[in-house]
Amino acid sequence: MQALRVGLGVALLGGWELASRLGVIDPFFWGRPSGVAERIYIWSTQGTAQGPLWQQVAVTLEETVIGFLIGVALGIVAGIVLGRNRLLSEILAPYIKALNSIPRVVLGPLFIVSLGLGMPSKVALAVVMVFFVVFFNAFQGAREAERNLIANARILGASPRQVTTEVIVPSAMSWIIASLHTSFGFALVGAVVGEFLGSTQGLGLVIATAQNTFNVNGVFASIFILAAVALVAEAVITAIENRLIRWRPNALVDVAI
Amino acid sequence: MKGGAADGRPPVIRLSGVTKNFRTPSGDAYTALRDVNMEVRAGEFCAIVGPTGCGKSTTLALVSGLEPVSEGDIDVLGSANPKPGARVGYVFQSDAVFPWKSVLDNVAAGPRYRGARDAEAKARARDWVERVGLRGFERYYPHQLSGGMRKRVALAQSLITEPEILLMDEPFSALDVQTRSLMEDELLAIWSSTSASVLFVTHDLEEAIALADRVFVFSAGPGTIKGNYVVDLPRPRNVSEIRFEPRFARIYQEIWSDLRDEVLVSYERAKRAH
Repeated sequence: MQALRVGLGVALLGGWELASRLGVIDPFFWGRPSGVAERIYIWSTQGTAQGPLWQQVAVTLEETVIGFLIGVALGIVAGIVLGRNRLLSEILAPYIKALNSIPRVVLGPLFIVSLGLGMPSKVALAVVMVFFVVFFNAFQGAREAERNLIANARILGASPRQVTTEVIVPSAMSWIIASLHTSFGFALVGAVVGEFLGSTQGLGLVIATAQNTFNVNGVFASIFILAAVALVAEAVITAIENRLIRWRPNALVDVAI
Repeated sequence: MKGGAADGRPPVIRLSGVTKNFRTPSGDAYTALRDVNMEVRAGEFCAIVGPTGCGKSTTLALVSGLEPVSEGDIDVLGSANPKPGARVGYVFQSDAVFPWKSVLDNVAAGPRYRGARDAEAKARARDWVERVGLRGFERYYPHQLSGGMRKRVALAQSLITEPEILLMDEPFSALDVQTRSLMEDELLAIWSSTSASVLFVTHDLEEAIALADRVFVFSAGPGTIKGNYVVDLPRPRNVSEIRFEPRFARIYQEIWSDLRDEVLVSYERAKRAH
């Protein structure tokens, strides 16, 4: 199994390399793996045009994580509050639908103009990317909390606030955690797109610079670095998930995907 | 030992002329209970039997205060407007223990909601976990337990709040026969050590007679009380043996003749609905 997996990766990269060497595809437009590897090596030893590579990664990661955390926190709070309050949710429903229908990345220019080229504009974009995903999951989770459990808590003497913290939030937790996987990816998109649109640092800027100089290997190199970052984050989130929902049968989620 | 009938003691639950209407999702009114009159006295173990959909569970919801009555008067422990979370316990038909809490935390939930300190709540919970025979399972989560064990958790969770009235909605219907009579015996043993009144809903007439001092027969929906029978079998009882007593069979026959008609009515209705 493992051998087949590795074999597939080698075949794909080898085929790419070979095709570009034999002139089947033009390396100017499609790059080649050895060029990408060389580019990553050069960046990590000599730094990028924007400064050391680790610093670009750190900047993007920082924007992503801050945006992710703020977006998740806001999403959970808003989802639970609206999930518990039918009147409020019905008043706000059309506005939420309207806001949700806006493709989030088009808000990027707005944030760049109002918050500047620095970190806040990227964080803001990451927040709006994450917020709705988490919000809808928290909302649904709060709505679907089992009536029996709520009744039981009330019988046992729970106040409305205790019903929220002791029944609604834990019920919604599996929904919320499921949304964290997607939303971290969205946070990364928000940060990188924000950097495309205007920034002084970050992997998005590295990609934009490589694109402007027709450095395809540079674009691919950034993509590989981003993918590695996303995979590590995914592993961290899965670990957190298994800790938080160990009460659930088969809490060890299959991570083969 | 408790007497068969608790005559002379004050009633803890009284329903007079109680009707309960629900609104269905399509907007129609649906009458679950019509003009129900019943009384449960302090320390009495009462059972409600009746066909499916006769409003048995609705009665418990009204007594617990989870649902308000539509018409008529209700009096639960001197309150005309019962609120959940007071002195009434409720063991639900389906699992209502919190799946994300360990056995110990589940049992400690009631005292904690009522303001007990964590250490105190846990100490009391440990005691109750032991009393329902789950010692050694304090750290388990509900999904790791069998159905019977989860019922024990539910029972301990409810009894730790020392309810004066314990409502039970077909609590053992999902259990296999052996586990079930074991749990029934244990329920009787635990109940005899408290002074709680019990209102026990079941569709199983044998279970009702084996456990209760008094059996209410509900008619097919809208539910109303068709009969009220005193079960004067001696206590303490062993539920698997008491079924062979001649007096048990006589009481069973008497109640069944009443119940059979209602079950038939309900069955015919269900057939027509298809």
